[in-house]
Amino acid sequence: MADIETHPAAHAQGLKHHFDDSAQQLESSTLGMWVFLLTEIMFFGGMFGGYTVYRNMYPGAFASTSQFMNLAIGSINTGVLICSSFTMVLAVRAAQLGKKKSTITFLVLTLILGSVFLTLKYVEYYEKWKDHHIPGPGFRYAEPQYFHEAQILFFLYFAMTGLHALHMIVGAGLLTTLIVMASRNRFSAEWYTPVEMIGLYWHFVDIVWIFLFPLLYLIGHTSSWGG
Amino acid sequence: MSTTLPHPLHVGERTNYLNADYGWKSWLFTTDHKRIALLYLFSVTAFFFLGGLFAVGMRINLLTPEGIFSHDTYNKLFTMHGIIMVFFFLVPSIPATLGNFLIPIMIGARDLAFPRINLLSWYIYIVGGIVALFAIVQGGVDTGWTFYAPFSTTYSNTHVILAAVAIFISGFSSILTGLNFIVTVHKMRCPGMTWSRLPLFVWGHYATSLIQVLGTPVIAITLFLLGMERLFHAGIFDPTLGGDPVLFQHLFWFYSHPAVYIMILPGMAVISEIVPCFSRKAIFGYEFVAFSSLGIAVLGFVVWGHHLFVAGQSMYASMVFSFMSMVVAVPSAIKVFNWTATMYKGSVSFETPMLYAFGFIGLFTIGGLTGLFLATMAFDVHVTDTYFVIAHFHYVMVGGMVMAFMGGIHFWFPKITGRLYPENWGRIGAAIVFIGFNLTFFPQFILGYLGMPRRYASYAPEFQMLHVMSSAGASILGVGYLIPIIYLTWAWRKGPISPQNPWNAKGLEWEQSPTPPPTFNFDVPPVCTEPAYNYSGEGAEVGLG
Amino acid sequence: MTHKVVSVKTYATVFLCLIALTATTVGVSRIELGEYNFVVAMTIAVMKGSLVVWFFMDVRRGSSLTKLFVGAGLFWLAILLVFVLSDYLSRGWLPGPKWW
Repeated sequence: MADIETHPAAHAQGLKHHFDDSAQQLESSTLGMWVFLLTEIMFFGGMFGGYTVYRNMYPGAFASTSQFMNLAIGSINTGVLICSSFTMVLAVRAAQLGKKKSTITFLVLTLILGSVFLTLKYVEYYEKWKDHHIPGPGFRYAEPQYFHEAQILFFLYFAMTGLHALHMIVGAGLLTTLIVMASRNRFSAEWYTPVEMIGLYWHFVDIVWIFLFPLLYLIGHTSSWGG
Repeated sequence: MSTTLPHPLHVGERTNYLNADYGWKSWLFTTDHKRIALLYLFSVTAFFFLGGLFAVGMRINLLTPEGIFSHDTYNKLFTMHGIIMVFFFLVPSIPATLGNFLIPIMIGARDLAFPRINLLSWYIYIVGGIVALFAIVQGGVDTGWTFYAPFSTTYSNTHVILAAVAIFISGFSSILTGLNFIVTVHKMRCPGMTWSRLPLFVWGHYATSLIQVLGTPVIAITLFLLGMERLFHAGIFDPTLGGDPVLFQHLFWFYSHPAVYIMILPGMAVISEIVPCFSRKAIFGYEFVAFSSLGIAVLGFVVWGHHLFVAGQSMYASMVFSFMSMVVAVPSAIKVFNWTATMYKGSVSFETPMLYAFGFIGLFTIGGLTGLFLATMAFDVHVTDTYFVIAHFHYVMVGGMVMAFMGGIHFWFPKITGRLYPENWGRIGAAIVFIGFNLTFFPQFILGYLGMPRRYASYAPEFQMLHVMSSAGASILGVGYLIPIIYLTWAWRKGPISPQNPWNAKGLEWEQSPTPPPTFNFDVPPVCTEPAYNYSGEGAEVGLG
Repeated sequence: MTHKVVSVKTYATVFLCLIALTATTVGVSRIELGEYNFVVAMTIAVMKGSLVVWFFMDVRRGSSLTKLFVGAGLFWLAILLVFVLSDYLSRGWLPGPKWW
């Protein structure tokens, strides 16, 4: 890290030396984040693929397990995440306008909403644990003819929602970092790239849930609310 | 005319990326893509020899029909050979070493788009490698590098999860490298460097990066599900619990087939640089070669089912995959035709890089053609899971990719080190590799055709002669790889100082960047004023640059 | 971005649409439509996802390159799903042993 670099350009805020100008840097960061989100699409896609195969294969078991999905929590969580996407986009907008306090406020709101989601998820998981629906040696299922298939479907449920929750936790960490950076005056109307990039990430995690919700909670589920 | 540089001061008298700073911290905390490339070069080479060591064990075992190792040990040998070679050598090899080093320079940039992510990718690779080493030391894995369920999920008693974690981690390294290259090629090209002037080396790596970014996440999720299944036994891939082992194969090969294109496209990219230079002629059909890289990248994603022909996949899906597997051969063939056409009426010389390129073209063609045999379902039924398959992929991977790697290392050795390697030893090494390779792997085509199954520790006595030939070839091949290690290491320290452009090659890295380059690659901001491979001198912009 | 700033009103409108679509999809799921439950639910999910991508992630004003990469991601996901399913869905087409 001790190379003497030789261009004496006046540095725009946050501009790294290997870039020619801020526009190039911002475009690169944006493209880089989108490429990363592409990898996330394929990552979740693999699981969606497995899930689709088994739903197709075991429609009876699937209909049976869907009654154990907590539609109330699922719906509320969907609403919570949509709100958090709204507050996130307002945070980016505030950063764009150079409004430090609003930026922090909206980031904090996003973080709170994300935490609400995770809390409700925990409640859901705890409920499943009490019902002995966690795959493994402790798994029990009310309809014995669907025992094996139900275990596979619950496995996929936990894998998909669990990885989604993990991404939310990472997102929460990133939001915290943003809040700290914002309070230390790191952002301005000229440079707020991290806010924008993490915003893209957060929206993506929301979109994954937008698809998870109907697949896991709504289809095959015409019975009443509650798990 | 492009700008060419005057004869430089000697290495050591002028500041370049190697002597700009000293000490372990300047290497381990560097963000200079060239230093990171060297970090990768040493790690990747180390893994190559480790993977080779497992191969040595296998070939020794196969000298006699009963073998000397237990069957369990043999299973571990071929598994670790596959895992190390595929994930820790072949996938990163050219992209993370030559790609990292050259892409910014070739496009006229000061570094990659994300230098710190570049360094991070190396650290991630090392962590993955350490976990893999730990898995080996703990006793290894015996499932084959393909980890087929339900053996891997339920019945194997070896360190499957450790190996899966190692590969999962190394996958992120691959993704980050690909991401970096994609953004760099889109956003960091210097003035005048249009897409149609990009060196084919860059096109090839761009296509490779697309595959890395789109495919690797799927192996990640597959290994994740594999690990979870091994822990919880929910049955996702276990037929006794209602699961489908073929689903594992679908998800595994969705990545692993494109992965072989991750492994070969950079090799083709290197050949596309070497052949024009040593034919003193522009590449024939530049656009065709460029688009064929993209074509391979895209088509490579819709052929994976040819690994599942006998697994229980539906006949109709198999037919589609078989057809697409034939189609994907077309862009590869286009490249071979274009390289050949480049040499036609060119002024061909036989320096070491070109010898490796010749080896590549011939051996890759054989390997590729046998791939078509395997894509034909009726033939595949007879030779699947035999040594025919092994010979096929070693022809393309070792006869192809590794030779391209060697060729590239030799071609750009002066640029990287500022010194020249001994040309005679280079040629000797190339010849020994070529002879050793063919002696090792050609008999395996015959073995496979005669019915010798793969992954078998012991075999019927009638196969022994061919196995002995193959093992003898392997020892020659090993010597062929050791020789360059020795003289290249010597040459780095003691070789003659290289002139600015020892090959008189075209390209920004040879013409506008000093040898070796300074930390930010150029003393004067580069401008591209002519098409790629402008060996005839036509087509350069006049009055610009 | 160096663009103009998007108005809060636009974002709020999108937000309300998303909430409305969510309520709709939950409501429709209570009605027995057979096969079409899946189609409707997925259609609404696609609409919601598109709103987020287009407005919240600002692809609407993004470069063509961004749009290309988003399209590519969706296309590749489609390859994965379609080709894997093509195996499972066509398994019963030939007479003989079937997957049980």
